[in-house]
Amino acid sequence: MAENGARADVRLTIDGVEVTVPSGTRVIEAAERVGVVVPRYCYHPGIPTRPAQCRMCLVEVEGRPKLEPSCTLQATDDMVVNTASDAARTARQAVIEFLLVNHPLDCPICDAAGQCMLQDYAYVTNQLESRVDEPKRIMGRDRISDDILYFADRCVICTRCVRFMRDVAEDDSLIVAQRGDKAYIDTFPGRELDNPFQGNIVDVCPVGALVHEDFVFKTRAWDMDSAASVCPGCPTGCNVTIDTKENQIVRVKPRHNAAVNSWWMCDYGRRHLVMTNRGVRADVPLVRDGEQLRPVDWATALDWVAGRIDALGSPGGSAVVSPDASNENLFYVERLLGRLGITGAAFIVPQGETAALPTVPTLKLRADRAANPAGAELFGGRRVDGLRNGASAGGLVVLDDELKGADEDFGGSADFFLYLGTRLAGAARNADAVLPIATFAEMDGTFTNFEGRVQRFHQALRPPGLARPGWMVLSRVLARLGDGEAVNDVRGAFERMAAEAPAFAGLTWDGIGLKGAAAAGSGAEAAGVAASAEADA
Amino acid sequence: MSFPHGSDLETTTRLSRHQGSAEARTLEGWRARGGYEALRRSLDMSPAEVTEVVKASGLRGRGGAGFPTGLKWSFMPKDDGKPHYLCCNADESEPGAFKDREVIRWTPHLLIEGCLIAARAIGAEHAYIYVRGEFFEETRVLNAAVVEAYENGLAGEGILGSSWSCDVTIHAGAGAYIAGEETGLMNSLMGNRAEPWAKPPFPAQAGAFGMPTTVNNVETLAAVPMILEHGAEWYRQWGSERSPGTKLWSCSGHLVRPGNYEFALGLPLSDIIFEACGGTPSGRPVKAVIPGGSSTAFLGGDELDCATTYEGLAEAGSALGTASPIVMDEDTDIVAAMRRIAQFYAHESCGQCVQCREGTSWVVRILQRIEAGDGRPSDIDTLYELCEQMTGRTICVLADSVVFPLRSSLDKFRADYEALMKPSLVAAG
Repeated sequence: MAENGARADVRLTIDGVEVTVPSGTRVIEAAERVGVVVPRYCYHPGIPTRPAQCRMCLVEVEGRPKLEPSCTLQATDDMVVNTASDAARTARQAVIEFLLVNHPLDCPICDAAGQCMLQDYAYVTNQLESRVDEPKRIMGRDRISDDILYFADRCVICTRCVRFMRDVAEDDSLIVAQRGDKAYIDTFPGRELDNPFQGNIVDVCPVGALVHEDFVFKTRAWDMDSAASVCPGCPTGCNVTIDTKENQIVRVKPRHNAAVNSWWMCDYGRRHLVMTNRGVRADVPLVRDGEQLRPVDWATALDWVAGRIDALGSPGGSAVVSPDASNENLFYVERLLGRLGITGAAFIVPQGETAALPTVPTLKLRADRAANPAGAELFGGRRVDGLRNGASAGGLVVLDDELKGADEDFGGSADFFLYLGTRLAGAARNADAVLPIATFAEMDGTFTNFEGRVQRFHQALRPPGLARPGWMVLSRVLARLGDGEAVNDVRGAFERMAAEAPAFAGLTWDGIGLKGAAAAGSGAEAAGVAASAEADA
Repeated sequence: MSFPHGSDLETTTRLSRHQGSAEARTLEGWRARGGYEALRRSLDMSPAEVTEVVKASGLRGRGGAGFPTGLKWSFMPKDDGKPHYLCCNADESEPGAFKDREVIRWTPHLLIEGCLIAARAIGAEHAYIYVRGEFFEETRVLNAAVVEAYENGLAGEGILGSSWSCDVTIHAGAGAYIAGEETGLMNSLMGNRAEPWAKPPFPAQAGAFGMPTTVNNVETLAAVPMILEHGAEWYRQWGSERSPGTKLWSCSGHLVRPGNYEFALGLPLSDIIFEACGGTPSGRPVKAVIPGGSSTAFLGGDELDCATTYEGLAEAGSALGTASPIVMDEDTDIVAAMRRIAQFYAHESCGQCVQCREGTSWVVRILQRIEAGDGRPSDIDTLYELCEQMTGRTICVLADSVVFPLRSSLDKFRADYEALMKPSLVAAG
C-alpha cells in the first residue's frame, strides 16, 4: 500500500502483530492487513454505510470495558486489539447461536450451502448442536422481484441488500419490514424492485436468503468450477467470475476491480453472459468441395486454407470482424489480412439502452453491446452501421460475425472466402473454408475495455468438438505461410501481439494480471489506471 | 384523573402543582401562574449562563439514564456555524411510566417553555417535540398550546420581542417503544425506521438531520423553568448531592392508591409504597417491586428500605430509571410477570442486532415453556447465559433492558421458576 502523505499513519497491534495503517482506517480493514479476517455479516467493503448491527465483528480492545464492532471502530495509535480472545470468541459463538434460533437449517436444499457465511461460521465456532428446542418462527419465501427469490427464514437481517439498493444504486425500493424477529426484507409498499443493477443484492447476501431465480436448485456450490473472466456484455468490461457445471455456465458473479466495476455488475451483463454459450455451434473444420462443405480434420483444413492463400498472393479484398473477438484473435486476423493485402476490417456494434450505477462512475452499461470494439479499432477496424454484401473480388475474411442482413450470395464474388466462427451463420455457408473457433468463455485471452484497459479472461468451458481458439488456428495458418510460429497457449499469442502491435507494447500476460493494465496511448493510461492496478494487486 | 392523590406522605409538588387545573392549559392561565417568566429571564442571560445554572442545579435526565442535563448541553459545539436542534423525548413508552403524559396533558406551556430555554442554551434554532403516537389527547393539547405560543410571540421569529428565534414542531410517532431511544427517535423524526444507530456519532456531533442535537426527556425540560426562576441552590434543597430536586413517580401494580406523585428525591422506597400508595389492597406482603419501569431489576419485598435516589437504587442493585415502581404482592406469579415483560421487549425490538432480535424472543419462548410446566433446570442456566450474551453487546440497551429484570428474577425468585418444573427434574439437577 502506498504511503498516504495527506493523513498521518497510526500503529496498532492486532492479535499480537503490529501494523501501520493510515489514520481513519477501521479495525476490520486493518486486521485484513495482517491476514486476520474478522467474521462479519453487515459489513461489506463496497457498501458505504456501516450500521454495525450484525454484532459479528465484535473484538476486544485492551482498556475498553465492552467489546467493540471492528467495522466502525477507528484504528488509533497504540490500540491493542484481540480478535480471538475468549470474550470475542464467546460473543461470536453466541451470535451464531442466536442466528440459528429461527433458521430453518435447510442447508441440504439451500443454494448457498457450501458458500454460506452462516454455515461457515457455525462450523468454525463448532456449533453443531443447538440448545434451542422451542418452535421456530416460520415466514416462508417470497418473490422480491421478477427474477429474485427471498427466503425469509434464512435471512440474517444484515441489510446489505437494502443498503446496496439505497446507498450504492440510490434506489430506495427495498426496505426492512416489521421488526424484532418478525423483520424481513421487502419492497417499499407500492414500489417494485426493478433496477438494472438489482442482481447485486444476491451477491452481497452472506447467506441463502436471496437467490436468483435462474440459479435456484440448479447446482451444489461444490459441484461448480469457477474461472476469472470479463463480462462481454459491453465495453465496460466488468470483471466477473464464471461458475460452470458440466460445461454449462450456471452463474456469473462480479469480481472486484476498483478501477472498473468495484464490486458490482449490471443485470444485463449477467443474463447476456449466461446466454452466450447457447445455440448450435460450428464444431468441425469445413472446406469447399464443389457445392458441398466437406468436414475435414484440422491438418487438412489448415493446409488447404494456407495453400489457397499462398496461391492468391496479395489480391486485396474485404473483411468483417466481430467486436466481441479477443485482442489476440484480432491481432492474428490483422496479420492474415496484411498477408492478403486487405486493410480496414469492418465491424458492426449492436446498440442498446444504457444504465449507470450512480455511485460508481466507471460502471455503466454502455450503448455498445460488444466486449471489444476498442480492440477492433486498435487493430485498424472501421466501425460501420451495416454489412456490405461482400461483393468485391479478392479475399474475404470474416471473424465470427453473424453476417446478419447479408445477402444470400454474400461473398459469392470473392476469390476466396474464409470464415472463422463459433456458429455457422447463414451466409457463412457460402465460404470456401469454415474454421470453428472457441467463444471467449472457452479460451484464454484479453479484451480492451472502453478506456483502453487490457483485461485478461480465462477459460471457463471446454470448446465443442474440434473448435479451437482463433489465435491458435490463425497462428497455424500463418506459420504455414512462413509468418511466425504456431502457438499453443495464450502467453505465446499475447507475447507476439505485445511485440508487434504498438498499442500493446510493454504489456506482459503476467504483468497485466487479473486486474488489467492500460494499453499504450489509451485513455486508461492517461488516467493512471495502470498505477492503480498495481496498488490494487 | 390520576393526580393528585390524597396521601399520608408529604408530597413536594413543584413540577406537578398545576396539574389538575384546566386553566393552566391555556396561555392566559399559564401566564397567570407565572408562566414564561423563566423564559424571559433566560433571554437576558447568555446561553452559557443558562447552561451553568442547570449544571449547578445537578438536574439529571428523567428519561431513565439519569445523565446530568447541564453537562449534556455543554457537549453541544459552540460557534460551529451549523444549525442545532433540540429534541424533546415525549415518546414515554416504558411499561409502568405514565408521568410525562400528565405533564403534557395539564401543563403544555410548561413543556414549551422548558424546550425554549433548553434550545436557547444549546443554540438550537428548532425544537422538535416527539410525542408518542398513542398520545392523541396529549398531542391535541400540546398542539393547541404551540399555536397559542406562536400567536403570542413565544415561538417562531423574535421570541418575546427579542432578536432570538426558535421554531417548535410537534412530531407524532407511529407507535414504537424504540423511538424513545434517542438515536431511534432522531431516525424516526427524519422519516426513517426508528432504529438506534451505533455511536459515534453522538447526537451532539451529528444528530437529527446530521446536525448537533440534544435529546431531553419531557420531565427534564419541565424542571428547567423553575430552576431558572429560583436558581440552582433552591432546586438543591430537595434530594441528595448527586440526585437533587423533585421527581414524578408513576406508581402502579398492587397498590391501594396507584397513580402519579411528586416527591423530593431520597425518600425510602418503602415510604412511597406503603405511606403514599397505601400498600397492597389485599394487605398481603409485597413480594417484589420493579422500581424504575419494566427495564430495571426486581427488588425483593425485603429490599425496599433503599433511598429513592439514582445512587440509592443503584446500590440496591436496581435503578431509579423512570421512577415507575410496579408493585407485586405475594400472590404474583413472577414467571408470568417476567414472561409478559420479555414479550414486550421481544415485540419492540427493532430487529437490527441479533442478540436482541433473536434473544428476546428466545427468552419469551423458554419462559412460556416453563410456565406451561415443561421447564427443565437447564433452562435456568440457559437463561443466565442469554443474560450474559445480551448485555453490552448491542447498539442500544433494549436487550439489556430484558436482562435486568430477567437476571434479578432468576437470582431472587429462582424457587418460583423451579416450582413450575417437575420435582424429579429439579432434584436431579
